Amino acid sequence: MITWSNFVSQLFNGLALGALLALISSGLTIIYGTLGVLNLAHGAMFMLGGYAGYMAYQATGSFALAVLAGTLALLVVGIAMERIVIRHFYARPHEDQLLVTFGLSIVFVEAVRFFFSSQTMNVAPPGKLSGITSLGFMIYPTYRIAVVGIVAAALLVLFVILYRTKLGMIVRAGIEDARMVDALGINVDRVFMAVFGIGAMAAGFAGIVNAPVVSLTPDMGEAILVQTFVVVVIGGVGSFPGAVLGGLIAGEIISLTSMVNPGYAYVMLFAAMTLVLMLRPRGLLGARGRE
Amino acid sequence: MKDRKPNRRGLARRDFVRMSLGLAGAAALPGITRLAQAANQQHIGTYPEGANGKSVFIGIAVPRTGTYAVQGEDELKGWQLAIEHLNSGHPLIRAISPKTRKGVLGKEVTFGVADSAAKPNNAVQAEQRFITENHAILMTGSTSSAVAVAMNKLAQREHVLYVTGISGSNDTTGKDCVRYGFRQNFYGQTAAAAIGPVIVKAYGRNKKAAYMTPDYTYGHTVTKSMQDYLASAGWTTVTNQVSPLGAPDYSSYLLNIANSGADVLINVNWGHDAVLSIQQAQRFGILDRMKLVIPYQIPFLAPETGNGLTAGVYAATDFWWTLEDKYPLAKMFVDAFDKKYGYKPEWGANNAYMSFALWAEAVENAGTFYPPDVIKSYEAGRKIQSTVGEVYFRKEDHQLVRPVVIVQGKKPSEMKNKEDYWNVLEIVPGAPLMQKPDAFGCQLGDYV
Repeated sequence: MITWSNFVSQLFNGLALGALLALISSGLTIIYGTLGVLNLAHGAMFMLGGYAGYMAYQATGSFALAVLAGTLALLVVGIAMERIVIRHFYARPHEDQLLVTFGLSIVFVEAVRFFFSSQTMNVAPPGKLSGITSLGFMIYPTYRIAVVGIVAAALLVLFVILYRTKLGMIVRAGIEDARMVDALGINVDRVFMAVFGIGAMAAGFAGIVNAPVVSLTPDMGEAILVQTFVVVVIGGVGSFPGAVLGGLIAGEIISLTSMVNPGYAYVMLFAAMTLVLMLRPRGLLGARGRE
Repeated sequence: MKDRKPNRRGLARRDFVRMSLGLAGAAALPGITRLAQAANQQHIGTYPEGANGKSVFIGIAVPRTGTYAVQGEDELKGWQLAIEHLNSGHPLIRAISPKTRKGVLGKEVTFGVADSAAKPNNAVQAEQRFITENHAILMTGSTSSAVAVAMNKLAQREHVLYVTGISGSNDTTGKDCVRYGFRQNFYGQTAAAAIGPVIVKAYGRNKKAAYMTPDYTYGHTVTKSMQDYLASAGWTTVTNQVSPLGAPDYSSYLLNIANSGADVLINVNWGHDAVLSIQQAQRFGILDRMKLVIPYQIPFLAPETGNGLTAGVYAATDFWWTLEDKYPLAKMFVDAFDKKYGYKPEWGANNAYMSFALWAEAVENAGTFYPPDVIKSYEAGRKIQSTVGEVYFRKEDHQLVRPVVIVQGKKPSEMKNKEDYWNVLEIVPGAPLMQKPDAFGCQLGDYV
């Protein structure tokens, strides 16, 4: 229903939804931009981050430790995945890369289902953030407001890594032209491993930060993966700022459409993606000449 | 394509395989023809091939992944227990189907399981395989009415019997009913007619309701039934939030509800969608301001949502384990299930168990697996003892006439043990609640 207070509420909610989508999508887009691998296991990694954090939360009762565990666990998973499997697929056709990452996602999901069952697992937000905050025009879960800040900080860290460090410079150069970077004598092998690790870590961090918002099931990565792809396509494949912009746009589309007609929220998301593909096939911030 | 390497004789591998299959098919053709000739005029669906051996096969397509995975696993356990009981001639099965000795018509019951992920296409493909490869004599599965409706159509086309798993849509035995399909659990309409008076009595007349509706046949029909009933008590719908199955987040829907001024939130979502939307409703402060109603109860909802979120909530259900205090067969079922699986069964498992027991009863009374005779046996309207008292099938829409159980969630402090989540308020007889069999346009179709 369209009222002023609902409009402002949904606008804010779109920001909160979009921030999270931006974080997950940035991991996906960095990996694809640098390595050329479309990682279909990204949603499963998001889920794994949640469960790794959940285990730490169960063991310690500390949400901060849970976030740390979820993030670091996925850094390790990402590096291991790159070393053991993905590196053997860089030179192989895209279809092979899709199939192997899709296969890995099934393995991750079913392994979690085996150990945890399909039942919902809950991670409570930290005590101070567990209530409801009145913003005047609306009331909103405190933790969700905090998530906006947490995600913004995480995106800032990613920005600093990508735009203010030597590694970031190599990664960005790799996104533009991986072959030239290789030709310049840079050890791309190690950079690729680091990039995959960072991308996985972003997914894992998002997974555990999001856990108190959505609660955990083994299948939680599936729906988010689809949205993440939409975000990356809208923002521009391989573009970090594009992932952030695409995430925010996607969040607002879902939220504002549902205000008018909830049945069309996800339809409009795909309609927007189609429109972007028609008018600007490389995405809003995708640069000409990228692979 | 690059990988299509020729073998030494210059023949592509795939061509070689195709030719081999063709030759094998040609060689088998006379045998197949003889088989067809050997079959008498009663050949229909997988009969008689599916009933010729020492065993009969049931194809089960159940969601083991996705939004309804938890409920699907519970259902599967119910079916497996029923098969075990059928094959051993357990006293519970024999109480429901008195002619049963061991197996069904003396044949051992075997089964195959496929993951449907609650998607109609997956379920239909899996069952088609069970029909072709295993000559399945019976099919079951669904925790989504979209699957049940698709399976109904497959059953009628292939002339193989189908008993629904969980399916609450009015369409399943309404406009999409078929001669070859049967449903044990009740219509959404029946649930609405049973729970409607309870919530009007509890919350009063002329209230404003907000709905959360999953975007498929189950959601739309149950919401419509609730709206229709409550309109008679002066209730109005202030908003209806339709969401896709497996939505990853409900915040935007919940904000609409928070801003709607509703008194009562009627959540028709199911499976994990219900768990998530209820948890998020609580975090948005909605459950502090609105009463929550669950028209069609969801197995494991209380433990999954946690934090006593279902305390005080009204719901209509097929079965709750404390019915063991009232019905001896319910006690036998709960004890047997708990002994085997280590927890109290939810209504999905009970529905699954009963659907097989009722099928065995129909087959034993027909004295044959010949589908038209089994269907007529179902349609005979025999009164059958069940875990919720006496029940019977309506011949016009193949819907079981059975009571509806109204439950209310207990506060954690009221629970007598860790599985004592719901209090049985009422057991409402089914027949007076039910609309006429043709009210939703049921046309069963042909026997052959």
